[in-house]
Amino acid sequence: MSGYTAHFKVWRGDVKGGDLEDFKVEVNDGEVVLDIIHRLQATQAPDLAVRWNCKAGKCGSCSAEINGRPRLMCMTRMSVFTPEETITVTPLRAFPVIRDLVTNVGFNYQKAREVPAFVPPADLGPGEYRMMQEDVDRSQEFRKCIECFLCQDTCHVVRDHEENKPAFAGPRFLMRVAELDMHPLDAAEESGLDRKKTAQDEHGLGYCNITKCCTEVCPEGIKITDNALIPLKERAVDRKYDPLVWLGSKIRRRSS
Amino acid sequence: MSVVDRQQWDVVVVGAGGAGLRAAIEARERGARTAVICKSLFGKAHTVMAEGGIAASMGNANSHDNWQVHFRDTMRGGKFLNQWRMAELHAQEAPERVWELETWGALFDRTKDGRISQRNFGGHEYPRLAHVGDRTGLELIRTLQQKIVALQQEDKKETGDYESRLKVYQECTVTRVLKDTASDSGSAAGRVSGVFAYDRETGRFFVLEAPAVVIATGGIGKSFKVTSNSWEYTGDGHALALLAGAPLLNMEFVQFHPTGMVWPPSVKGILVTESVRGDGGVLRNSEGKRFMFDYVPDVFKEKYAESEEEGDRWYEDPDNNRRPPELLPRDEVARAINSEVKAGRGSPHGGVFLDVSTRMPAEVIRRRLPSMYHQFKELADVDITAEPMEVGPTCHYVMGGVAVESDTAAARGVPGLFAAGEVAGGMHGSNRLGGNSLSDLLVFGRRAGWHAAEYATALAAARPPVDEVQVDAAAAEALRPFSAEGTEPAVGPPENPYTLHQELQQAMNDLVGIIRREGEMEQALEKLADLRVRARRAGVEGHRQFNPGWHLALDLRNMLLVSECVARAALERTESRGGHTREDHPAMDRKWRNINLLCQLADPTGGLAATDPVRGQIDLTRETTDPIRADLLALFDKEELVKYLAEEELYE
Repeated sequence: MSGYTAHFKVWRGDVKGGDLEDFKVEVNDGEVVLDIIHRLQATQAPDLAVRWNCKAGKCGSCSAEINGRPRLMCMTRMSVFTPEETITVTPLRAFPVIRDLVTNVGFNYQKAREVPAFVPPADLGPGEYRMMQEDVDRSQEFRKCIECFLCQDTCHVVRDHEENKPAFAGPRFLMRVAELDMHPLDAAEESGLDRKKTAQDEHGLGYCNITKCCTEVCPEGIKITDNALIPLKERAVDRKYDPLVWLGSKIRRRSS
Repeated sequence: MSVVDRQQWDVVVVGAGGAGLRAAIEARERGARTAVICKSLFGKAHTVMAEGGIAASMGNANSHDNWQVHFRDTMRGGKFLNQWRMAELHAQEAPERVWELETWGALFDRTKDGRISQRNFGGHEYPRLAHVGDRTGLELIRTLQQKIVALQQEDKKETGDYESRLKVYQECTVTRVLKDTASDSGSAAGRVSGVFAYDRETGRFFVLEAPAVVIATGGIGKSFKVTSNSWEYTGDGHALALLAGAPLLNMEFVQFHPTGMVWPPSVKGILVTESVRGDGGVLRNSEGKRFMFDYVPDVFKEKYAESEEEGDRWYEDPDNNRRPPELLPRDEVARAINSEVKAGRGSPHGGVFLDVSTRMPAEVIRRRLPSMYHQFKELADVDITAEPMEVGPTCHYVMGGVAVESDTAAARGVPGLFAAGEVAGGMHGSNRLGGNSLSDLLVFGRRAGWHAAEYATALAAARPPVDEVQVDAAAAEALRPFSAEGTEPAVGPPENPYTLHQELQQAMNDLVGIIRREGEMEQALEKLADLRVRARRAGVEGHRQFNPGWHLALDLRNMLLVSECVARAALERTESRGGHTREDHPAMDRKWRNINLLCQLADPTGGLAATDPVRGQIDLTRETTDPIRADLLALFDKEELVKYLAEEELYE
């Protein structure tokens, strides 16, 4: 096994401020960044705060920025870096720091509450739901979301614009609106709820100018922009004119 | 009076995985003001890692399926040690619990006629697992999470506050279940009065006062080195129940999932879903042989294919062929892999080969097993559509747990305490079938929430008061790691909690692992005693705000308690059954079928002074279980029952 000593810079601090701290740390074959953070905890910095759970890219807890890029630490292999490279790990920039690599992601939970839930059809009981696979495919893609909030972190509408947060749900929760809107049995419309309109009026869909940053960082490979946000914009368009829809459909046609 | 923040609730649920969230939904829907406490963020619980599916005899894929068949499979899987009433309720209610999820927005994979698709799994006679690709657990947790949010939205509308009737305290850890004193309650152990917890973010202590507490904390895998379990699985709920005076049941039964990743080292133990085999994947040794045909035990001989040809035909024509032995229950497959590796027929990194690449087109693999494809590609640089995976056993699940009443999920001996999900014992007997965990969470999560709400309502205003002495003691206990530096030098230097944890994991893995021997387990008990003494000196640096070293130091208490239960019970049971394999007692013994081993705290005052290695902290008692009800026994052939039941049981 080819071990080497790597140079890490890890942001340490809390709400009052902090700084990058240097570490020299052992790296072994096959390891990921989270392994190295754990080694730091076990050997050099026992109180280094970090969130993690499954260590298999399924829970979306260990989000951080590695060399400035939003990523899951458990899915970032050390082999993508050269042994000489300095690896810088910092907390998600769009959310307030609690301590070290742990941020307050409460924004996301607040936004989740603002999206009206699935409305079950009044005339169908449990066991009576019938849906075709091709009709659930689209929403299923969005339900792959592990809520790592990397898309929320990278989205430039809120990344450096705290002032946009109240009016903008972020890619994850606009995608949630799209998921429900595309659910074959969601009875929102019958109940008087127009999801497309709320996407525009209440969740800030109009702020999105489809730069696809969210799609790029999604560890699940969900095509957030192409499959959720643009179609939602298209569906919302007869309610409200949005020049980006026109542009979006052009871009999409070109890339496919 | 301790200065700790307090809040009042009707029901407190500890744990926000499938069982905890289902319990909370039920309690809230039945009118109880309900609080959920979880160690991680809301929606990150270990349930997200469940891959294969939810077992429920809906009969969508094969109309012959019904609850009786599911019950039979469950009992066979557990080698008839199951608390049969739980297995019965589980099989009967699982379909309703799955259908209900659809009304909350879940989107399962579909059959051609638009119903919920069901897949094959080990030990299940028919395709029975409702699933979403190989990320069923994520779908389950997200659906329950979103249902909780839906209820909070209703409450907001009515009361103006999302959290007026249902609140999630995320990133908080419960360290003690509080009770009133025995003299006040007229109950020997005292009744539940609330929980003592700390907020991981700030380190602040708080008390939730509640007459009913549902424990739904999952398992114990983090006491073992090679495990599929996340950091949360430190046996908290098992320990909380023990410390509150409730017994644990069948702790010797620990499931080693046959297929965990074995390479690279940093991902060793991470789960490779059983769906790989359910969908056609096969196990081969280094000689290319499908070795599982050599490992079909007598009790299962009639149910499994004898040739590769027959096994392969079964996927298309299950009515006229028998299933391949790769789909035996997990304990059998794990032992077989262990034997092959031991015999020198393992793969380069000490596992065996699991292959789908020669069995299905690449595009089908990517569609049916997307997260496995992803996981191997990203973490091991292996393309499973082109080459076999290397897999080996990994500690996955504990069948043992809090002894509960089958119908109510009430913990035995402690009024007001309930337990559901992996932390509860009995349901799965000596070995759990794949897919029966997610259904267990839903069926018994609901029952626990229901009965906890009912219990709290029945008490009305006559709620047990919180005992201030216990609050003070709990606070002192939680702060001990910070003062470890100050202990007298004669006792020894402060210990690093990470080092203690690693030693514990190594000891459990090596000495109480998949194959067990008397001498090694005795050694394990000595090692545990040593660790227990040293853990009292576990010291931490820094302060209370989000300090993982401190959190681990506190979790060590739980892991040590639970590990001792596993080791003591495993030493006592002199037979091999399900998730308990003794090299020195290799056969299943019918005399042990109706014996449960109960673990209880040796020192009922709950003090942690028990550092005597011989005595330890745990007392073990044997209990003979109730005979299986006649109409349930009648579901089996006499010839089959003879293999499991003792003569006198058969006679009756």
